[in-house]
Amino acid sequence: MTFWNNPINLIANWLNGLLTGWHLPGTLATILIFVIGITVLIVFAMVLDIGLVWVERKVVARFQDRLGPNRIGPFGLIQPVADIIKMVIKEDITPAGADRIVYNIAPVLAATSVIVLWAILPLASTIYGVDLNVGLLYIVAAGAMGTLAIIMAGWSSNNKYALLGAFRMVANMISYEIPMVIILLVPTILASTMSVRGITEAQSGMWFAILSPLACLIFLISAIAELGRAPFDLSEAESEIVAGFHIEYTGMKFGWFYAGELLHAFTFGGFMAILFFGGYGGFFGLEKLATFTWLNIPFVQALVFIAKAMLGYWVIMWIKYSVPRIRIDHMLAFNWKFLVPLSLVVLINTAILNKVLSGMPDWGYVTGMFGSNIVIGFVTIEILRAYGRKKRKAETKPAPQAQTQEQTV
Amino acid sequence: MQNEWLYIGLFLVVGIIVPIVPLVFARLVAPRKPNPIKQSTYECGIETVGESWVQFKAQYYIFALVFLVFDVETVFLFPWALTLKQFPLFVVLEGVLFIGILVAGLVYAWRKGMLEWV
Repeated sequence: MTFWNNPINLIANWLNGLLTGWHLPGTLATILIFVIGITVLIVFAMVLDIGLVWVERKVVARFQDRLGPNRIGPFGLIQPVADIIKMVIKEDITPAGADRIVYNIAPVLAATSVIVLWAILPLASTIYGVDLNVGLLYIVAAGAMGTLAIIMAGWSSNNKYALLGAFRMVANMISYEIPMVIILLVPTILASTMSVRGITEAQSGMWFAILSPLACLIFLISAIAELGRAPFDLSEAESEIVAGFHIEYTGMKFGWFYAGELLHAFTFGGFMAILFFGGYGGFFGLEKLATFTWLNIPFVQALVFIAKAMLGYWVIMWIKYSVPRIRIDHMLAFNWKFLVPLSLVVLINTAILNKVLSGMPDWGYVTGMFGSNIVIGFVTIEILRAYGRKKRKAETKPAPQAQTQEQTV
Repeated sequence: MQNEWLYIGLFLVVGIIVPIVPLVFARLVAPRKPNPIKQSTYECGIETVGESWVQFKAQYYIFALVFLVFDVETVFLFPWALTLKQFPLFVVLEGVLFIGILVAGLVYAWRKGMLEWV
């Protein structure tokens, strides 16, 4: 039964014994084991990524009332493999005026920035890369690396559309990083830890999505903006700047931008599952019951986690294909005048209520947290409606009347 | 602790190598027949005018400044949030006061019209 309870440690220990048996120094053996583990994890992520290409194409087809890929293999399942073969054998065109070094580094960095996120992604209670005690800051840091790749791609292409796309991405990043970092404080307060695994463990009783639904919502919005997906995909708006930052990329280099974006979306779905929906843990402590102990088997936990992450990914796709792209000034205004104040209010609310209600029984704590979030959400919507009403009134009024009103004020 | 960061370092190295492999493979397999037309800058068929590396007006310059202030201050909030459980309500309220200073900065920028796209 030990293999089923802790497969990674068992294999690592066995390998360690084998390697030190060959008289390898301990450090070298550790490094070798790490490299093997990392390679397996990354290859798993890449295989998943190939699957995501199929999921994405199939789901977008359904949203647009099409069939999607259905020719190659059953249900078009082999289609992504055909895509990869096509990308690899396409000619790689580098524009004459491009800055070659930066131009070639950018797609690699775009993929790497997503892959490194998998280092801290806990697939199950015993299957994870590393349990950093600053895990949440690591997420933010890796996200900034992805933005850097986009800026490098846009700047080095020597193309005006690409440059515009990169500049828009900077505007996007410097705005939506703020609500994301503030909202990451909410799980930190609730779990008293920044380790991603610790946050998952802290939710074995109650999901943070119930304790703070608004934080979950804000995290989703800022994650979509961080991904640069619709409705925040201004950096690659097809209808105005063609493909934005990756307009000049062909073949596999374009492929990495595409694959990186899909894996990034899935990974953020995974982080949403971890931070707010209990990650690999079951549903509201269900795994503690005697009949559901099988939920504690690592491979089942990994399946549960991937299912939850897929659900998050699906929500991100759902939003992408149903909401139109928003204008850049609206995007910044939405962030600075709505999301940032709201996330600060949610943070203050969580910090104070978490302290005040800590003496209460469980049901009181949960109702208090959930209720306060509902109240905040309701008040926010009322403020927005009042603002909208005012704005509509000002628009319907004839022009001269509005002028006299301004003079009196 | 050291092993954790060794793992992250190795992860970064492998994470850079993995994307490079298909690119190298593509370089070996893919055809390479460059010509001036193919390598010209693609701007929807219109011939490009001048260079792209010009002094570009970053309209969100002020946003960047506000971002800098917020980003640095939120990093200070992480230790506060981590140790919140050990402290009485007073410490929580002090943290709230700190956030209040942040909010005051945001309100100031807002009132000054800095949060408008110009």
